[in-house]
Amino acid sequence: MKKRAMLATAMGAVVAIGLAGCGGGTTTGGGSSGSGAAPAANAAIGKIFNPSDKKGGTLKFANSGDWDSIDPGDTYYGYSWDFIRLYTKALVTFKNGPAKESLEIAGDLAEGPGVASDDNKTWTYKLKPNQKYEDGTVITSKDVKYAVLRSYDKEIFPNGPEYFKALLNFPEGYQGAYKSKDVDPTSAIETPDDNTVVFHLKAPLGDFDQFAQLPQTAPVPAAKDTGAAYKDHVISSGPYMFEKVEVGKGFSLVRNPNWDPATDPNRKALPDRIEVSTGVASEDIDNRLISGDLHVDVVGTGVGPATLGRVVGDPTLKARTDNPSIARLWYTSVNPQVAPLDNIDCRIAVQYATDKVAYQTAVGGELSGGDVATTVIPPLVPGYEKFDLYPAGADNRGDVAKAKEHLAKCGKPDGFATNVAYRAERPKEKAVAEALQQSLARVGIQVNAKPLAQKDYFSGTAGRPPYARQEGLGLVVNGWQTDWNDPFAFLSQITDSRVIKETGGSSNISVRIPEVDQMLDQMVASPDEAQREKLATDIDKRIMQEAVILPGTYAKALVVRGKGLTNVYINEQYGMYDYTALGLE
Amino acid sequence: MRWSHRTGRYDTSMTAPPQATGAAAAAEPEAVIQGIDSKAIVGRSLGQIAWLRLKRDKVALGGGIVIAVLILIAISALLFDRVFGLVSPNEFHQELIDGSTLAPKDAFGGMSAEHPLGIEPLNGRDLLARVYAGSWISLLIATGATILSVAIGTTLGVVAGFFGGWVDTLIARAMDVFLAFPLLVFAIALAGVIPDNAFGLEGETLRIALLIFIIGFFNWPYIGRIVRGQTLSLREREFVDAARSLGAKGPRILAKELLPNLVAPILVYATLLIPTNILFEAALSFLGVGIKPPTATWGGMLADAVKFYTLPHFMLWPGLAIFITVLAFNLFGDGLRDALDPRSR
Repeated sequence: MKKRAMLATAMGAVVAIGLAGCGGGTTTGGGSSGSGAAPAANAAIGKIFNPSDKKGGTLKFANSGDWDSIDPGDTYYGYSWDFIRLYTKALVTFKNGPAKESLEIAGDLAEGPGVASDDNKTWTYKLKPNQKYEDGTVITSKDVKYAVLRSYDKEIFPNGPEYFKALLNFPEGYQGAYKSKDVDPTSAIETPDDNTVVFHLKAPLGDFDQFAQLPQTAPVPAAKDTGAAYKDHVISSGPYMFEKVEVGKGFSLVRNPNWDPATDPNRKALPDRIEVSTGVASEDIDNRLISGDLHVDVVGTGVGPATLGRVVGDPTLKARTDNPSIARLWYTSVNPQVAPLDNIDCRIAVQYATDKVAYQTAVGGELSGGDVATTVIPPLVPGYEKFDLYPAGADNRGDVAKAKEHLAKCGKPDGFATNVAYRAERPKEKAVAEALQQSLARVGIQVNAKPLAQKDYFSGTAGRPPYARQEGLGLVVNGWQTDWNDPFAFLSQITDSRVIKETGGSSNISVRIPEVDQMLDQMVASPDEAQREKLATDIDKRIMQEAVILPGTYAKALVVRGKGLTNVYINEQYGMYDYTALGLE
Repeated sequence: MRWSHRTGRYDTSMTAPPQATGAAAAAEPEAVIQGIDSKAIVGRSLGQIAWLRLKRDKVALGGGIVIAVLILIAISALLFDRVFGLVSPNEFHQELIDGSTLAPKDAFGGMSAEHPLGIEPLNGRDLLARVYAGSWISLLIATGATILSVAIGTTLGVVAGFFGGWVDTLIARAMDVFLAFPLLVFAIALAGVIPDNAFGLEGETLRIALLIFIIGFFNWPYIGRIVRGQTLSLREREFVDAARSLGAKGPRILAKELLPNLVAPILVYATLLIPTNILFEAALSFLGVGIKPPTATWGGMLADAVKFYTLPHFMLWPGLAIFITVLAFNLFGDGLRDALDPRSR
């Protein structure tokens, strides 16, 4: 009897430690040094868990899907931009470090941030001397220029972002490095010498550095470029180079002997070898992460619902998790082009009637779904300001009385019928549609589910205005993650009405407010950070006044920290572990 | 099970009354079993004989009873849920769900007096209500599709087998085309592009009609081939020749001589097709192209349950419902085949 009681107290103590860990927020310092720091939940958020400079070992990644491409000119996943820094260097980069450190720009290939001239229309970068590719060739500014020019060709590189195409002053009819070989692109990019690259923009831009950090500025030697086949052997400019690429199975990286740590203060490069397997079942990844067979789920979106229960219920497992915020908003577009949602009061009724907790549960609950959102801009993006125009009641389950009030004003006191579109392949979006059906039905709004195919959701159906009008898609389940933590990068694609085309393809489905467009233009041109953030807040408020976006949650992910990892911290730019920092015990 | 009564009772009844008078007993041994004593020997129709055999097959009979109960359940679900609105399969009970793990707060999947089979993770919807409400859709689509395949398959199969020649070639090639058709892929594509209003139907009714059409229309060659083969062998038989020599024309021979002989294989095949169709509907719902949410279907529930595989109760109940239904139809179909055509054992 006595023995059992003692055991119980001991267990209680363990649980208490685990619980204390849960509360461990963003206080800096923590994480005792020396070998094997005590794991605690969220120990890698805002600070470094298990810091170490020990080199060696094999770091193992797994991906439940596959990269869009590992070619630096052709990739647009956040995890890919995090990972690509292991084998490429861009012109500049976000600083590596926990908390807000990653918001600052530092030189990468270049000595430092760009120098603006000509009323912010010309940006000049100076390269550090003696940086080499894996084969020992010296990297020149011409390689950077070539890399940007080749990424222009969307037929060969369909995946990458198109910022340079839109920003740089390319000659009329320019078609990229392959098709326009004879065209002189000097009006857009110049290389006066081997260490200087100059960008010429169409219009003044307050901060070009955030574009110069894109993987598309990573150098590509023209002599080794094979176009679409370059991804089979990307020439490394970073600390690691490809050893073997097996399509559909994965790849491995080994140290690049020509990488000089002296030219690269940003990367630790601790492991000797990196192995990546692709196409691994996500449940398998979760289980292997827990057992220690794998170190990182490279996609970084967190564990599945089955593992969630297991991890949260077990204090020792829970201590090995981090629950970072991601600069992503889960939301639903409320389309003002579909009657009766063309009436603002009907839209406001939708805002009030929504059960925010049901929305949160649908996208994954408190831990993997995120925090209930009341604004468009998530807290990680500068310009975020907390406000709530449509309070959802004390329990966050919606304000039915207010909703009915606005329905009456809208002339539909008994409610109305509309449709909710969502991507059929995504269980979370289906759950959101069901949650909306349930919560809106409380005020008489009948919502009919419209599952649509993911592949042409934006290009052919929900994102094509004539289709949305014809099918009466009043509500469109949506989600958006910023390309990097900047208000313009977050807002431009989902709130600028000029990106909406009648032929479809836009992520913006419901925001058509001329004042917002104007404010976005002011934001781009302004070199003053504080003013840009103020404009972002104003845009956010204007959109919420119009009630054309129904915010769901600011996303979070519950990720498992691999066994034996050192130097673990969440890089806020990516909302996942900093892959360049990780090492092994 | 089946072997026991056949080897046992069947044989003894044959040997026990050797003197039980001539031709009738030899031709219809079943008649002997009960009619041995004082009663006069009564001739029995094929149907009666089959019924007698079926009654003795306890497994098949059990399957039949389960099917009858399932049909009653399905009809009552349709009435109570859709007509009277007494069941609330779509009502959320999120107060019973843990906000961080998404699992039911209580043990055993949230089973309680109020929710006897527990609740769904995430939404907290009552599982009993959903399994119950899902029953009529599964059965309606499966039987509807079966009737459609049987109608098309029988018509074309008989025509091909009886007339032969270029008609046969044409239909047989058509069957090959349909058999080679990637049905699942096509069904997914078609179910995705059909709008909410078409052919004068809308919403769920259209969805159900569409699924019946897709599943039924593309399954006809299987039964068509069987009917064609049977017709080919039957049309050369003496009774057909006799009818023909008496002056009977094609349609009459088809209707009066061939079809009655085809009833047995068609019936058997139909009962075996129903479970296949139930599974097919479940597969479509599983892939998200079946009935739209929030309407409960067994396949759709399974699809929802997969990502919560650590909470087995969620998968158990709809899975069990499909399992019982498919098993009952299969056992009944097997028994029916044995009863109608003892040689096929």
